[in-house]
Amino acid sequence: MIDSTGNTVSTGLNVNSIRADFPILQRKIHGQNLVYLDNAATTQKPNQVIKSLTDYYEQTNANVHRGVHTLSIEATDGYELARSKVADFINAPRSEEIIWTRNTSESLNLVAATWAENNVVAGDNIVITAMEHHSNIVPWQQLAFKKGAELRYFAHNSDGIIDLEHAMTVIDERTKILSVTHMSNVLGTVNPISELAGRAHDVGAVIMVDAAQSVPHMPVDVQDLDADFLAFSAHKMLGPTGIGVLWGKVSLLEDMPPYMFGGDMILEVTYEDANWNDLPYKFEAGTPNIADAFGTGAAVDYLSRLGMKNVWRHEQDLTAYAMERILSLDTVKILGPKDPSMRGGVISFIHDSIHPHDLGTALDQQGIAIRTGHHCAMPLVRSYDVVAAARASFYIYNTKSEVDALVNGISETEGYFNR
Amino acid sequence: MTGGMSGLDQMDDLYEVIILDHYRSPRNTSAVENPDIDLEVNNPFCGDEVRIQMKIDRNIVSHVGITGRGCAISQASASLLAELVEGKSSDQVHGAVDSVRRLLKGENITDQEADTLGDIEALQGVRKFPVRIKCALLSWVGLDDALKDHIAGVKS
Repeated sequence: MIDSTGNTVSTGLNVNSIRADFPILQRKIHGQNLVYLDNAATTQKPNQVIKSLTDYYEQTNANVHRGVHTLSIEATDGYELARSKVADFINAPRSEEIIWTRNTSESLNLVAATWAENNVVAGDNIVITAMEHHSNIVPWQQLAFKKGAELRYFAHNSDGIIDLEHAMTVIDERTKILSVTHMSNVLGTVNPISELAGRAHDVGAVIMVDAAQSVPHMPVDVQDLDADFLAFSAHKMLGPTGIGVLWGKVSLLEDMPPYMFGGDMILEVTYEDANWNDLPYKFEAGTPNIADAFGTGAAVDYLSRLGMKNVWRHEQDLTAYAMERILSLDTVKILGPKDPSMRGGVISFIHDSIHPHDLGTALDQQGIAIRTGHHCAMPLVRSYDVVAAARASFYIYNTKSEVDALVNGISETEGYFNR
Repeated sequence: MTGGMSGLDQMDDLYEVIILDHYRSPRNTSAVENPDIDLEVNNPFCGDEVRIQMKIDRNIVSHVGITGRGCAISQASASLLAELVEGKSSDQVHGAVDSVRRLLKGENITDQEADTLGDIEALQGVRKFPVRIKCALLSWVGLDDALKDHIAGVKS
């Protein structure tokens, strides 16, 4: 494969030129080159995204959907253009199906508090996997308590692969909603969404997809997945913090009550009553996060230019290499699928003698940023009979030599603690 | 790409020899029979867990057993605590916990307090690693609260 600069590259990404777009990668941490391997928590931002924010504030800043003046019109156009870029990115049939939220958590909460609030009754059940992030457990737990509904989990095997047969029996005619992570933020497992969607639809349920870890890393097509709702955050895909996306089928969104009340979400207000604006504004009360919508549009442009197939291939390549290298240390166990082709670029691991927190501090001293702890998935981490794990997660700017630095860093840490 | 061992030199402040010794060979780990206080404290963010059992004899900690799993700092700190509290009154324990809190905040402690703490002063290196202070304080705060509650319960 030949990239745009004429270099032959194995994975379709020219990582050197990508790295040059990220100012933070020049930083030294404790005098060492930064090796940033905490991408599942948040990714770094390229100049193009940073510049879109400063450009917006320097050239365009105004409130949207209100004014007749030039700046307001330009701000509104840019805000809506970003929405349509996001719609194209996930192949949403219609731009008004894209609702801006603060993050994935808010998108999940929105559906729990509106669609599920209206549709789940006592005796119904809500089904999730046993590998969900807290933000895809707790809203459903609370709803189930409130409604007298049952929260059901379906199992995965010790490699973190979903037991599809079990899932098919857990989902039954009393299931109203199935909410499933597309890719586990702990195990890296990529779940079979369209199979689960088929079963959900057969019993008259809807399926919500937590795509926080998938949309940034692989081609995602909401129509191929046959999903009903899908949630993700901009900051995990090169974009700014504080903005996220809920996609939903227009037929479902239209029947849902608003999540918040205020400006922009109403059509007409009298002293006695109010009626709701059209989609997507019904769900966007108050002045929205305009600048970060511009930034999200820039992030989508950046990823689209690279091509999500290339992004995915790069991460698959890096993950396979990292698993092999990490397992070459006999002291480390990796959670999740053993087959790198069944997982994304998230590798949670446990050292047989060094606690993740000590390892995290020691790697930080060597400039290497990893995540340690329960990864906002306490029930899952505990199911492996550990209280915490270390996690390295990759993105478009990571290299094999950074994987080598991680493995070397772990060896150095062993040397330190085994003095 | 990385600097190897040179990058880890600064960790010596955090992982003093005494700390690593207590981490590898924790003291007072045997279970206490019929404990007056039996509690588990944990710091779910880091994944540190400590179980503290104590016999209390007229306001004096007569026997203590501490076990757990977690990072070197939380476990060594718990072991140092176990060594300190045996034979101490609840007021003395409370005073020592206060000294440790101030030590970790970077405040000065008196020579007398330093004498009482002994090896525990090794924990002061944790100050340079603020995110690890909660690991060091986990067992101290838990034990202090439990002891105060117990004494209050006996009195009432």
